[in-house]
Amino acid sequence: MNDDRPPLLEVRGLTTEFVSQRTGVRRAVRAVDGVSFEIARGEILALAGESGSGKSVTALSILRLVPPPGRIVSGSIRFEGRDLLALDERDLRRVRGARIGFVFQEPMTALNPVFTVGDQIAEALEVHGVARGAAARARAVELLDTVRIPEPARRARDFPHQLSGGMRQRVLIAAAMACRPPLVMADEPTTALDATIQADILDLLVAMRREHGLSLLLITHDLGIVARVADRVAVMYAGRIVETGPAPGVLASPRHPYTRGLLASLPGQEPGTRLKAIPGAVPDLAALPPGCAFAPRCPDRFEACDGSRPDAYVVSPGRTARCFLHGGAAR
Amino acid sequence: MSLIEVTGLVKTFERRQAPWGRPRLIRAVDRVSVAIDEGETFGLVGESGSGKTTTVRCLLRLIEPTAGSFLFRGEQVFGLPASRMRALRRDMQMIFQDPDSSLNPRMTAGAIVEEGLVIHGIGSPADRRARVRELFEWVGLDAGMAGRFPHEFSGGQRQRVGIARALALAPAFLVADEPVSALDVSIQAQVVNVLMDLQQRFGLTLLLVAHDLRLVRHLCTRLAVMYRGRIVEMGKADAVFHAPAHPYTRALISAMPDPDPAGRQPRIRYDAAAFDPEADLREVETGHWAAT
Repeated sequence: MNDDRPPLLEVRGLTTEFVSQRTGVRRAVRAVDGVSFEIARGEILALAGESGSGKSVTALSILRLVPPPGRIVSGSIRFEGRDLLALDERDLRRVRGARIGFVFQEPMTALNPVFTVGDQIAEALEVHGVARGAAARARAVELLDTVRIPEPARRARDFPHQLSGGMRQRVLIAAAMACRPPLVMADEPTTALDATIQADILDLLVAMRREHGLSLLLITHDLGIVARVADRVAVMYAGRIVETGPAPGVLASPRHPYTRGLLASLPGQEPGTRLKAIPGAVPDLAALPPGCAFAPRCPDRFEACDGSRPDAYVVSPGRTARCFLHGGAAR
Repeated sequence: MSLIEVTGLVKTFERRQAPWGRPRLIRAVDRVSVAIDEGETFGLVGESGSGKTTTVRCLLRLIEPTAGSFLFRGEQVFGLPASRMRALRRDMQMIFQDPDSSLNPRMTAGAIVEEGLVIHGIGSPADRRARVRELFEWVGLDAGMAGRFPHEFSGGQRQRVGIARALALAPAFLVADEPVSALDVSIQAQVVNVLMDLQQRFGLTLLLVAHDLRLVRHLCTRLAVMYRGRIVEMGKADAVFHAPAHPYTRALISAMPDPDPAGRQPRIRYDAAAFDPEADLREVETGHWAAT
């Protein structure tokens, strides 16, 4: 992955706002606030965070599918050399699905209950002009085989309700890969699934990368999943990336107090003892403090934290942390 | 003596493939037997459809069991008349998975916590208010929040309200069905700590139903693994984790996503055809049972 080619996807300073009118006062909430990252060809990047951290809105922004009243206010999204924010709707439709596939959390709602799964994948191929008729249906069966669905020809004739949750999620992955896109974005693709099925789906995504050179943007709240599949991780909090780096390094020695707190709070270290919980609650984006958004919950808080927002400081090659502990500010 | 003694619990449902079809009997819970000591934290682990939630719903008689026996302090719970069951419910309470749908949105948090006391006619209004304040404090909520409605709380706070409600009647037996799985990761640990503190403080007997093995291992002294309606393995949490005897337990443990790169284990897959679904539990070592 260390080649001189530009990254497949390069997001710079992405900011997406939601305008609320609830109390009559117009207020803009920044769901995504100056987010920058890149994904190399064949790389798996995990965007990790809790609810409201902005990870899903980041993915929707890349596809320019942010629902109103949300809108992208600034930034650039370069994908295969083009700025997606500058494309018109027609060109954008040629990117969605065809060049960037996506898999969402709930496999039941993402599939149409009245069409067979084979027809739904074939339709995706026809819409994007990849194949038609019998050729499209044959390719659909091939794709079901690719995602390790047993007896793919027979399963292609099944309706979504005839498949288990894990099989439906495989169908969605097959549909996302139908046009052989170089990038797939998967938003919590295993959250609704049982542990053993979840592990199968994660293994499948890693195999797709290995066999087809796929890049993957994986959105998850589960650091265990990050450890299992990701090359790199970007941890989000209150709309910003607070820590980024190679996944094994970040998980083994987190440098941002939030990442450290999240890892320490997981059960399993010393059975029977109290967990090391992060105090407080996930912040309300409409009422963020002027300084670091994590400061009110942070065990390492000092004066600088309340004054301004920390930059993303480089803590070691390829690793950044948005924390004044690493900014050379005097303690 | 065990506080909880369940023997041969069976719950079947009728399912029709089509409205005109012949009903098929589904055994959601199949000959489940388990004994839990007073003050113990016992874990019931399994994937969706394994029967763990149906099991605890039968114990609290939120649904009626098909067969089996449940002795609570030696008293047969199944078949008790409604009046005696109401009295017994004071001693058996439940915390639900989803605090959003298990709290009445039209009642204040204080009224939700107080409701059980009112129903059972306990204390004067002033006593009850004092009790609600105490319960709020125990679960780490500001007593001044008692006048707020559920939507004014965060998810973690709502689950604390659910715990306070469950504790209002000072039950001996508490069932927690996936108590933290709907919460944000950073909030889960707070709620787990509240549960642990209260369990120790009051010597509660806690039955924890969860799919998260790490959580069960952390909280429970003993656990049972359910698969397709049956208990396939049961024993001390440490023993089951370090020396799982059933192929399904091994697969489940190896599928756990562990954030510690050093703790990663190779995947073990299970083949449902490779083990006998009808096998009875046998003791593989003292206190450690497996259906192999």
